[in-house]
Amino acid sequence: MSLRSLNHPLAPATEQLRILGNPSSRQQPFEIALADSRLFPLASTGITVLQVNVGKLCNQSCQHCHVDAGPDRREIMTRETAELCIRALHLTGIPALDITGGAPELNPNFRWLVEQGVALGRHVIDRCNLSVLLLPSETDLARFLADHQVEVVASLPYFLAQRTDAQRGEGVFEKSIEALKLLNSLGYGQPESPLRLHLVYNPVGAFLPPPQKAIEADFRRELAARHGIVFHSLYTITNMPISRFLEFLLRSGNYERYMQKLISAYNPDAARSVMCRYTLSVGWDGMLYDCDFNQMLELPVDSGAPRHIRDFNTGLLENRRIVVGQHCYGCTAGAGSSCGGAIS
Amino acid sequence: MSGYYHQDDLPRFASIGDHAPELWKKFSEWYGAVFAEGALSEREKCLIALAVAHTVQCPYCIDAYTQACLEKGSNLEQMTEAVHVASAIRGGASLVHGLQMRNAAAKVSM
Repeated sequence: MSLRSLNHPLAPATEQLRILGNPSSRQQPFEIALADSRLFPLASTGITVLQVNVGKLCNQSCQHCHVDAGPDRREIMTRETAELCIRALHLTGIPALDITGGAPELNPNFRWLVEQGVALGRHVIDRCNLSVLLLPSETDLARFLADHQVEVVASLPYFLAQRTDAQRGEGVFEKSIEALKLLNSLGYGQPESPLRLHLVYNPVGAFLPPPQKAIEADFRRELAARHGIVFHSLYTITNMPISRFLEFLLRSGNYERYMQKLISAYNPDAARSVMCRYTLSVGWDGMLYDCDFNQMLELPVDSGAPRHIRDFNTGLLENRRIVVGQHCYGCTAGAGSSCGGAIS
Repeated sequence: MSGYYHQDDLPRFASIGDHAPELWKKFSEWYGAVFAEGALSEREKCLIALAVAHTVQCPYCIDAYTQACLEKGSNLEQMTEAVHVASAIRGGASLVHGLQMRNAAAKVSM
């Protein structure tokens, strides 16, 4: 169940921002950390990724989900808005179309969006929860992705069932393994294959991810030995202290400590290369954000840049200042975190 | 005061250097070098630290190295085995002293 459908006090972004915006005396404001690294104000370096969040509908309800997605969510991108996203790609040379959700494949316009992105010669990425590939309504989805050479970035927080299911729901690990085998059978993840398959590791709790290369080696060894599964890369992503993960942090008494951990692990090199500097994030309703996290906190792009995809303007958006807050420490801790994994 | 140990003390560890900064500096540098990747990986060193933490029964160290092990990619199976290694040595160390007992008993017995 989503926080929204539970009518949870943390469901509104305003309440999350209130908590994040009241740092204890020990929490250095993120802007100060940036200033100390000579990075304030943080600015866009250009747009190389158009990340389109096509809606909050998902067949899973993961414990850490920053979108608060789930089967009960009905916010979904219309064809009209999807067409505006394609128009923005058409007007620019943005090389990558990164489609996320919820489970983006459940949007009725998902396949159209993929086809249009491919027709424009853009690199198309699908952020996939794996289990969606096994739904009775999606039996041809994996084949569709392969036929269009869509890069699949698939969530799998651990190579053992207990930890995976603790985060993503009972039985999800088993389905994920079945879906990975299906993708492998189509050529995904095979050495030298153009069908790129990457896995995403999220910590199952209030701690930072391990070094990416080390845990990737573990996944490669264990998934091959236990299930005969292969993949290209593993991305480590830090859990952001927002939405359901924020609810977990507060409920378990880990909030202050986790924030301190993120802050004390602030890495200027990660901040310099943080993904919001080269990404433009589009919400299900066409609103524009610096990243998917700001989108969920309802913090749209600022500094005079257009706030809706219908008003897309490359010049203004490429030179915008990034909207930051305490949650941004999640992307700059340790080796850093992005949709492409560790940064530095 | 609810007890002698407080979780909030752990992040204040560095304040122990307030009255002996040079000693703290030397300790910190040595400590950092000990846990850096070397002939043993950082993960292996953290598992050793976790095991030793249970042997010296330091709640701060158990807390810190439980998190450190998770952040190095260890899982609960591996961490539990590490604690068993520490416990086995600790239990074995007691048991092997049974031979001292036997020696002492033999000495005074007819």
